[in-house]
This record gives sequence, C-alpha cells and structure tokens, in this order.
Amino acid sequence: MARLSWSARLYIGAVVLAAAAVIIHGPFGDLRWWRTVAVLGLLLVVFESTATLLRPRQLAWSPNSSSTLAAAVLLGPVGAALVGACTMFGMRRGPSAAQRAFNTGMMALSAYLAGRVFVAVGGQVGIPDSASSARIIGPFAIAAVVHVVTNHALLAGVLWLTSDRDFAGRHAPLGVSIKLIASDLGYGAFGLLIAAVWSVTGVFAPVLILIPLFVARWAVAQIAEQQQAYEATVGALCQAVETKDLYTRGHSDRVSRGSVMIAREIGMRGERVEAIRYAGMLHDVGKLGVPTKVLQKTGKLTEEEYAAIQLHPMRGLDIVREIGFLDEALAGIMHHHERIDGRGYPMGLAGDEIPEFARVLAVADAFDAMTSTRSYRGARQVEEAIAELRKWSGTQFDPAVVDAFVAAVKRDGWQRPDPPGPPMIAADDLAAIAAQDHDDPSAPLRVIDSLP
Amino acid sequence: MTERRHELHRFPWQVRDSGLLLLVVAAGVVLVASVAQTAVAGLRDPRIAVAFGVLIAFGEVLRLNLPGDRETVPIGMAGALAYALLVRVGDHPAQHSAGQVVTVTTIGMIVGALPHLAVGRPAKVGGMSIRLLCVACVASIFRPLAGNEAVVRDWGLAFSLMTALAVVALLLEAVLTALMRVDEQRARFRVALVDEMRVELPLGAAVGASALLIAFAAEVMGLAALAVFTAPLLVTQVAFRRYAGIRATYLQTVRALAKVTEIGGYVEPGHSERVSRLAVAVGRELGIHEPELLELEYAALMHDIGQLSLADPIPGGATVLVSRQDQQRIAELGADVIQQAQVLGSVAEIVRRQNEPYRGVEVAHEGYRGRPGQPGSHGVRLDGEPSRPPLSSRIIKAANAFDDLVGSSLDPGRAAAAVQQLRLDTASEYDPEAVEALSRVVNRRSVIQL
Repeated sequence: MARLSWSARLYIGAVVLAAAAVIIHGPFGDLRWWRTVAVLGLLLVVFESTATLLRPRQLAWSPNSSSTLAAAVLLGPVGAALVGACTMFGMRRGPSAAQRAFNTGMMALSAYLAGRVFVAVGGQVGIPDSASSARIIGPFAIAAVVHVVTNHALLAGVLWLTSDRDFAGRHAPLGVSIKLIASDLGYGAFGLLIAAVWSVTGVFAPVLILIPLFVARWAVAQIAEQQQAYEATVGALCQAVETKDLYTRGHSDRVSRGSVMIAREIGMRGERVEAIRYAGMLHDVGKLGVPTKVLQKTGKLTEEEYAAIQLHPMRGLDIVREIGFLDEALAGIMHHHERIDGRGYPMGLAGDEIPEFARVLAVADAFDAMTSTRSYRGARQVEEAIAELRKWSGTQFDPAVVDAFVAAVKRDGWQRPDPPGPPMIAADDLAAIAAQDHDDPSAPLRVIDSLP
Repeated sequence: MTERRHELHRFPWQVRDSGLLLLVVAAGVVLVASVAQTAVAGLRDPRIAVAFGVLIAFGEVLRLNLPGDRETVPIGMAGALAYALLVRVGDHPAQHSAGQVVTVTTIGMIVGALPHLAVGRPAKVGGMSIRLLCVACVASIFRPLAGNEAVVRDWGLAFSLMTALAVVALLLEAVLTALMRVDEQRARFRVALVDEMRVELPLGAAVGASALLIAFAAEVMGLAALAVFTAPLLVTQVAFRRYAGIRATYLQTVRALAKVTEIGGYVEPGHSERVSRLAVAVGRELGIHEPELLELEYAALMHDIGQLSLADPIPGGATVLVSRQDQQRIAELGADVIQQAQVLGSVAEIVRRQNEPYRGVEVAHEGYRGRPGQPGSHGVRLDGEPSRPPLSSRIIKAANAFDDLVGSSLDPGRAAAAVQQLRLDTASEYDPEAVEALSRVVNRRSVIQL
C-alpha cells in the first residue's frame, strides 16, 4: 500500500478515536456480561481470521456482522462496540497496521450505532425468551440495516480518501458493493438467530449456527476450486485441439474473451456470460473432424473439401452435446458461421433466426482471425479490423453485436496475439499462396466451382 | 432373462439387490409397527406433527445429488431428526411417540417425492428406507426419554444425549449407504464406508447441527423455529448443489473432449469411454478410493489425447499395435497436454506412465529415462532401481490393451481370449493383479450381457 495521505490518516484517526470514546464511557455489565463479550468477540476473531479462505472476487463472505449484531441484542450498544473492537485480534495476514486500526474502529463504531438504534426503536436488550423473541425482530432488522450502512459508508470514505481500491481488502465497484451489502445483511440475520437460541443453549448457540455456515463456506471454496480446475482443463484440451493448426494458437481463448466482452456489453446475465465463455472456447473443436490437409490447404478448395469445412460446426456440436451446458451455448457453437444475410453455413439461417450466442461468437471469431498473423498476411491493426467488421456489418454480422464489440474494445482494449506487421513468409512467395481463412471475412474460402 | 441366468450362479442371499430388498423389508416392518402404534394411541399434537411433516416434505422436494451418484436430503433429514429430538415447543412439552415420528416422516417423504414422480424422476426406495431406519433408531431411543425429569431439567445432559444421537443417526446412515453401494457397485465395504464418510461428513455435520438447533429453538420461538433455522441449511444446500453441478459438468466435459480423438479418426469410436468404464470397474475391484477413482477415470478418458499431436492418425488407433517408442511418445504428449491444466498433476503422471511395464523400467532401457532434471518420476528411481508405475497407470495399460484387442465386440469368447493374451504377458508387461481384476470384471459383464 502506498503511503497514506494526511487526510486519510486524520480520517482513520477520527474513526478509531470515536470508537474508543464510545467504549470508554461504558456502562459495562457483570461477569456474565463480560463472558458473553468474550464468546462473541472470539467468534468475530474466528470470522476475521478465516476471511481470506475465499478470494474476494468470487463471493464476499463476511459474517462478522452476525456476532456484533447478536451482541447488540444480548449486551447493548457498548457490548456490541467491544465485540466489534475484537477485530483487532484477527489473525488474517495481509492488512497493514493502518488497515487493521481502521477496520477495528469501523466495526466498533457501526456496532455501537446499531446497538443504539436497536434500543431507540424499542428493542429490549438482554437474552430474549419465548415471549420477547418475536418482538425484537423489527428493531433488529432496523439495527442490521444501520450496521451495514454505517459500515459501508465509513469504508467508502476511506476508499475515497486513499483512492486505493484494495484498502480493507474489498472491492469498490458498485455492483460488487450492492452484493456485499446484501450478503452482509443476510449474515446479520444470523445474529438474531444466535441471540434467540442463547437462552436455551448458551454459548453453544454460535457453534451450532455456524456449523452449517462454515460447511457452506467450505462448499463455496470447493466450488471456486472446481471452477478454476474446470476452466484450466477446458483450456488445456482446447489447446490440444489447436495444435493441429499452428496459426490458430490461442484463438479459442481470445474468441472466448471477445464473446464475454460482447455479452457483458449487451447486458447478458451472469449465467449466460459463463455459458458463452465456454462456447467461445469450444466453438472450433469440430475442426478436428476436418482433415489437417484441408484446413491448411492454400489453393482453391474442391467442393468436397469445402463441404468438409462447412461441417465443422456440426461436428463440434456432436462433441459437446453431452456437456450439461445451456442449450444456448450448443446452438451458438453450431451456428457460429451463419450470416445475417442467410448465406452462411451449416443451415443458412438469416437475421433473427440465428441464435444470439452464434451472432456474438461470429463477431469475436472473425475479429480474432483478422488480428492474428496468417501465412499470407500479417496481423491487422485493431482499427483496420474494426473497419472490416463495420464493412460486413448487416450482411455477415449483426450490426448491434458489432456496435457492442467496438464499444467494448474501444473502452477496454484488445489483447492481440501478434504484433501487427508483415506476413511471416517473404513477399516473393506470397503471390503463390492463396489468401483464405474460414474465419476471416476479408479472405473467404475459395471454391473451385463457385456455389450457386 | 439375463438377470435370471445371472442369479443361477449365486446363492439366494447373494442375489444382486438382496441388500436393497432386506433394507426395504426392514423399513416396511418398522413402518407398519409405527402406523399401528400411532393408530392405537392416536395422533398427539397434530399441529406440531403437521408442521414437521411439511418441513420433511419440503426437504424431500429439495433432494440433492452429490458427486458419485449419492442422493441426500439434508433438510428432510434435519427436520425428521429434530422431530425425534423435540423436548418442548414453547412451554408445551412434546409428547409424541417414536411411532408417530416414523409415521410423520414417512408421510412427509412420500408427499415430497410426489413432485419428483410427476416429472418422471423415480423415488429411490433404498435411500428412503435408510433414512427412515435412522430416524426410527433415534426416535425409539429418545422419545421415551423426552418426558424424563432428568432430561427436561438438566440442559447439559439433554444436549449431550441429543448430540450423540444425531451423530449415531448420521453414522448409521453412512454405514447402511455403504452397504448398499457394496451391493450395487461391488465396492469393498471398508473402501465404500470411508468414501461415504468423506463425502457425507461436511453436509452431515450441517444436518446434525441444524436438527439440534431446530429442536432447541422450538423451545424459545415455537414452530417459527422450523422456518428460521432451516435457513442456514438451505444456504449450505444451495452451495452444495452448485458444487455438485460443476463436478458433473467437469466430468461431462472431459468425457466429451476425450471424444475428439475419435472424431478426428485417431481412435476407434467409443474407445476412450469403454477403457474408462473398464478401468474404473477394475479400480473399484482393487479397492481404490473414490478421489483416486475419479483421477483414474479422467486419465483413462484422456489416455489417447496425445495422439492429437501426431500429424497422421495411427491406423485403427490401436496403440497396442504400434512400437513402444511411439506409444511412449503419445503418452508423453498426452501428459504434456494435461499438465497444461496445472490442476491435474497426478492425472498427467498416470497418463505419462501408462505404457510402462508394471515392474518398472530398467535403467538400461534407453529412451525410457524420462526427462533430464526429473529423475524418479519417469520409471527410474534416484537409486537406479526401476520404480513401478502407479496402480492407475497399470490398470489403464491393461484396460487399454484389452479394448484394443476386443473393441466394441460383446463376444465372450473373444473377451476370454484377450484376457488370456494379457495373462501370458504378466511376467513383465501387465500387472497380474490388474489383469485378474479385469478378468473378474469382464466375466461378470459377459454373464450379464449374454
């Protein structure tokens, strides 16, 4: 982390001091009260110490607020603040002293506020019994909202002052923040559960409630691990498929990325974005069914050879059919060489008949082919390739998809495989080699007897 | 027809699915006794019974399939156990009998299974019987004690007793399920039990904790506890469902992509799938645990993936017919592809060594030395002694050779001849243990397929 600015230091100092101030004034309770503080504080330390089990990007699981909110009910505002202050004992590696101090102050302060609000709206502090447990639900919900909102407001402040996105180990983008707030609220609800069974099971309450949650966390960690393994495996296998054709190395991976860019740009939901990612990786597996000599042929193709190439999307579908994908991904793989004007293959679909996935894949596919080096030409500049896409927009490509792609590339850039430049073979030999590529609209396949 | 013939070779108690039959009969007897008892004694606290019945039915609707074709019903099980362990609801002591617990659980299960039946998913009677027996066991121990003064007064005693019973129920479920799997899949009992525990333990802990919570919280919150304390388990279940989904997709994808060698004309259609099924059956016969079985399955599916790197397909794709150098090259190339994924290290190792003779490779064999800088991992140990390839490699070697010789043919004579041929080569090439296990698997199969 870079050196903190004076304003940031002041801000952090103010938060920590405010937290200390509310705690110092008390009032504190008896020995039992302190024991409860210790148990809930320990709980918070456990949460804090295990927080790094998950990568923050996958899912933010931070159940800290469940123990501070339980404290707000069982112990009142000061007890909640004390429990929140236990954040400082978290054994997570990573946060610097300043981060740790701020996190401690932030938790203590928001817990205190939540506790005050809980009392102010009529919540009854103490161990709830069968009569009172129903009556604290409303006040508890309000307190939970206050807790989470205070938390995020304080956090937003420090992020703004340090303009360091990784401060406190969390992400700043709005969508993620909303998810975080929602999951914090969900976890906050467990605070009520802990408080509710406290009267029967005492200190075992948090243990019992946390077992299912920790098991869930474990499962989520497994999900992330499996997902990663899965992606790596698909990537490796696609690469194996690509070894057949030297020039297409990394093609699947880039088409996948391009398709995801488009999908996000046109606002597909997360599940479909995932599906199109795999569709992009797998869109050309059917090429294995095409003899290598046809794929790499430089002269004109015979009609049989052309037919063999036209068959590759269907072959691809044969291979991936049994994978439990969305049907859309399968349709995308099958139709990624259809054209808007209906002159594509294998079905000759036109316009809206072509599945959306296929229209997206087609653009990413062609763009990557144009910006990669081929035997007969060097890789094109991105601008050049965009101009080419625009030229074919409306005949070969869906104009809306092209627009989305161009917008995404202009904003996020495009990671090209090769530097633009001359072809890999000498210019003298170039004339002898026909320019053709089944993915490149500017160098279409040439067939000896042109098709009717 | 085929089944009957198969049964002729075995004693009546060895008949396939006899275990399942026994389970269902036992559960049936318990159920009939319970219903009779409930009918005589009358239904106590119908409101509570209905609430738990609804929870159990809800849980049954949300069945979960864990990896390895395991059906679990976390919420249903938690609900049933909680009903068995209930002491009080609010201030009202719970007085229902063990018979009533079993009756309510059964009704809940059946109602919850109806939506599944409606969409054509058959009810798995075996799993239901096992769950019912576990619940019956807990209920018959705890129900008579629930009204006991000591249990009601001494919170610690009640807590320990209930925890112990929840653990017993979940252990019993694991043992019975493992027994059923021994019967179904011909796994070894100890192996099956360990696998079962490993898969079920995390979710089982969550189920047990939730059951206790519901039972305790009902004292404070009344029946609302059922809804509230099912929530954590619901979160857990959602996570597990996604996990199981990814695991399934992973396997399907590797299966599908292993087929690219077939579509590319490198190997015979169906080869990878057949080799992997045979290898897994042999592995199970040899008592391999599930995680390694999965690796074996992946390796067997992808054992020919190295052929993709060859310019021209081997005629017919039969790797047993090409020279040893070529075989080794294909194995190395395949292992390199898998190594790329970085997560399947041991799978790559299995594929890399799939052609090595089972006794290991002598140092003298040039070209087998493996790569420089990686001694020990390629057939030669650091001390120069040949190291044996992993068991999974040896299994794949035998299964692959068998399939190259037999192909998709179902002719038992041909299979027997192939096994015989492998046996002749067990002096150095094929692992005798793997070949014998393969022979048993093949025999069983040909009897069934006749």
